[in-house]
This record gives sequence, structure tokens and C-alpha cells, in this order.
Amino acid sequence: MIALLRRDLRLAVRAGGGFGLGVAFFLILCSLVPFGVGPDSGALQPIAPGILWLGALLACLLSLDRIFALDHEDGSLDLLATSPLPLEGAVAIKALAHWITTGLPLIVAAPLFGILLHLPAGAIPSLLVSLLVGTPALSMLGAFGAAVTVGLRRGGLLLSLLVLPLYIPTLIFGTEMIRRGQQGGDAATPLLFLAGITAGVLAVIPFAAAAALRVNLR
Amino acid sequence: MSIWEYANPVKFMRTSGAILPWIGAGAAVCTVTGLAWGFLTPDDYRQGSTVKIVFLHVPAAMMAINIWVMMLAASLIWLIRRHHVSALAAKAAAPIGAVMTLIGLITGAVWGQPMWGTWWEWDPRLTSFLILLLFYIGYIALWSAVEDPDSAADLTAVLCLVGSVFALLSRYAVLFWNQGLHQGASLSVQSGERMSAVYRYPLYLTMLGFGLLFLALMLVRTRTEIRRRRLAALQARELRA
Repeated sequence: MIALLRRDLRLAVRAGGGFGLGVAFFLILCSLVPFGVGPDSGALQPIAPGILWLGALLACLLSLDRIFALDHEDGSLDLLATSPLPLEGAVAIKALAHWITTGLPLIVAAPLFGILLHLPAGAIPSLLVSLLVGTPALSMLGAFGAAVTVGLRRGGLLLSLLVLPLYIPTLIFGTEMIRRGQQGGDAATPLLFLAGITAGVLAVIPFAAAAALRVNLR
Repeated sequence: MSIWEYANPVKFMRTSGAILPWIGAGAAVCTVTGLAWGFLTPDDYRQGSTVKIVFLHVPAAMMAINIWVMMLAASLIWLIRRHHVSALAAKAAAPIGAVMTLIGLITGAVWGQPMWGTWWEWDPRLTSFLILLLFYIGYIALWSAVEDPDSAADLTAVLCLVGSVFALLSRYAVLFWNQGLHQGASLSVQSGERMSAVYRYPLYLTMLGFGLLFLALMLVRTRTEIRRRRLAALQARELRA
């Protein structure tokens, strides 16, 4: 499992583009928003939590099809399926690799983008915690969507259609947590919901994703 | 005699063909009578004539949810017992459910404009219906995207299971996110009816009518799917010969 994780990470870093692309997309999104709604901090501040979470969501979505597509093309996915490692474990590791290469850089960069959108300094910790707790669920659900659409020719658009509705609960609780951090409210309740969703997703979705992969490899 | 006999397509075709005209006639009678009766009810003292939208809105909304539950049950039967009729019934039901959801949303908007002063409000009930529509669309799109019918049935069944959990989760997550404008249940088993009998009886009739309508449409579409499957099998046999 560790070998698979290291292989996936190495591929993501070396195979050009994949690694920093999510953060670059996030940066572009956050710098385009002020052009759309105006540079006024009074207009930006209330929507900053939503924009930050939407940016994380879309940046995560961009790289989802890479989770299985390349391995499916060159046949290494079949090898993984026949290896002694359970396919559920392989799915979880691949989702983890996706999270390390896209989720983690986003979290590191998020405070900077928060400043760009006039998010008050008091809300930065809740931004970090909400992303840290919420983004693993995004990667895992994305791995499920990628597993369902892996063999399809026009999978990309379908992937976003299937995955984005699944992101709604995470998005709701994530933005609510930042908003409460911004207004000095009690951020524990949305945090607990967010953590509950992530824990449930991490526990159950690998099985669904592995089942979908088995169907597609048949 | 058990329900599993109808997993046999021949048996299913024979029985469904025999009962389909009766269900269709029942659906037509109940829906038309219920809607006509509903249309002739007196105006509500506050809502005026807009109250009559309820005879379309409530049955459609009810069926939108029930059809998803039926698809969930059919998907589970397919995953566990591998009965093709079940998978095809789930496939046949999805577009009907999507249309029911759309009817619920549109009639709600038409009613909401004069009553709430807005076509759309991000109310938990409205929002969760929009999310349900997204799930229906994703499900239908996945069916049409996968070429191999058995893989498509498997993948959509898994999607239906995951989607059910998340549709339910979203339903309660949106409660957290925004407070409601939509009124609570007017008919419920626990608290009894909070609706005048003048409106209640035509509503029951249209609800029954929409249920039968769904059943009839679902049977027609499932029969079409079975015939399409047979046609494909015949063509494949011809190619091989």
C-alpha cells in the first residue's frame, strides 16, 4: 500500500502539470471573482467563505479523472485488481494520493486566498480546519465518481454531473463553519457534522468505488 | 406464487400486458376526475383560485420521492438477485421520476409567484427537490452513457445506493443551512388533516391517480425495454449466423 502511495505521488509530481494545477486554478478563480462582483471589501467579505469552498471543490474536480484513467489506459489498473491488495484498499490509497496532491496544497494556499478575498484574520483558523476536515471527503467521493466513469469515452462531463451533487452536504457545513468563524459564532456544530460526513464517506465509499471498478474492469 | 416469478420476462410480459389496460384506465379515470373535481372546488378565502395547483403539486411531489424509493428497491433487487426485469424497471422509472420532480418544482413556482411573491426561494424543501432533480439527471445520464447493458445496470444501481444516502443527507443538511418558507405537511398520519374536506377528497383522488399513472407508465416503459433487449439479442444472433 505504501509502495502504491509513493508511486502515485511520484507520478503526480513528475508527470508534468498535475501537481500545481489545482492551486493555480484556485488562484485564478479567486482573482476572477473580484472582477465579477467588484473590488469592494464589503461585497467580497460575505461571499468569501462560499467562494473559497467552491474554488476548492472545482479545483478538486479538475484532477479527478486522473485518479484511475491513466492506470486504466496502460493496464496497471487490471494488475492492481488482481494483486493481493484488496481493491478497496487500492481505491482508498489512490484517493489519499489525490488528496495529498490537490487537497493539501489547497489548504496550505487557502489563507493567502482568504486574504485576497478580504476574509478577516479571525476566520482563517476555521477556514483551515474546515478544509482540512472536509477535503478528504471530496477526494474520496471523487474517487467514487472516477471509478464509475473510468471506462467511458465522454466521462469528464458526466463525472462532474455525478460528483457535484454528492458534494452538497460538505459544501454546506464547510461554508457554514467559516461563516460562523467570521461572525464569532459557535463553529463546533458544523465542524462535527463535517467530520461526521468525512468519516462516514471514508468508511463506506471505498466499497462502492471498488464495486464500480470491478464492473468496469469486467 | 411469489413476486419473484415476475423476474421471468415472459411471465412479466404476459401479466403486465393483461393488467396494463386496467391500470391505465384507472389512472385516467382517477387523474381526470380528481383534477376536474379539484378545478370545480370553491376558491380559498386567502389563496383564491391558486389553491387548485395543489392537485397537481402534491401528487407530483409525492411521486417524485416514491419513485426514487422504488428505484432504490429495484436497484437492490438487481444487485442482490440479478433479476434483469428489476434493473430495467429502475431504468424505466427514472425519467418519470425526473418529470414528476420537474412538475412539482414548476407548479410550486407558479403558485409561489402570487403567494410568496417569488418564483423561487432557497427554502429547504425547494432546495432538496432541486437536488433530487440533479440526482435523477445524473442517474439517467449514466444509463445512457454506458454501452454494455449489464455494466450500466450495475453502475447505476451503485450510484442509486450512494445517491440515496446523499439525497437524504442533503435533505437534512439544507435544513441547517436555511430556514423554511414552505408550509409543513398538510396531511399527515400523526397530526391528522389540516385541510378542509372540500380540498382533501379530490386531492386523495389525484394522489391515487398519479400513483396509478406512474405504475402504468413504468410498465409500458419496462415492456419497451424488454422488447428492445430481445431485439438486440435477435440481431446479435443474426449476425452470428
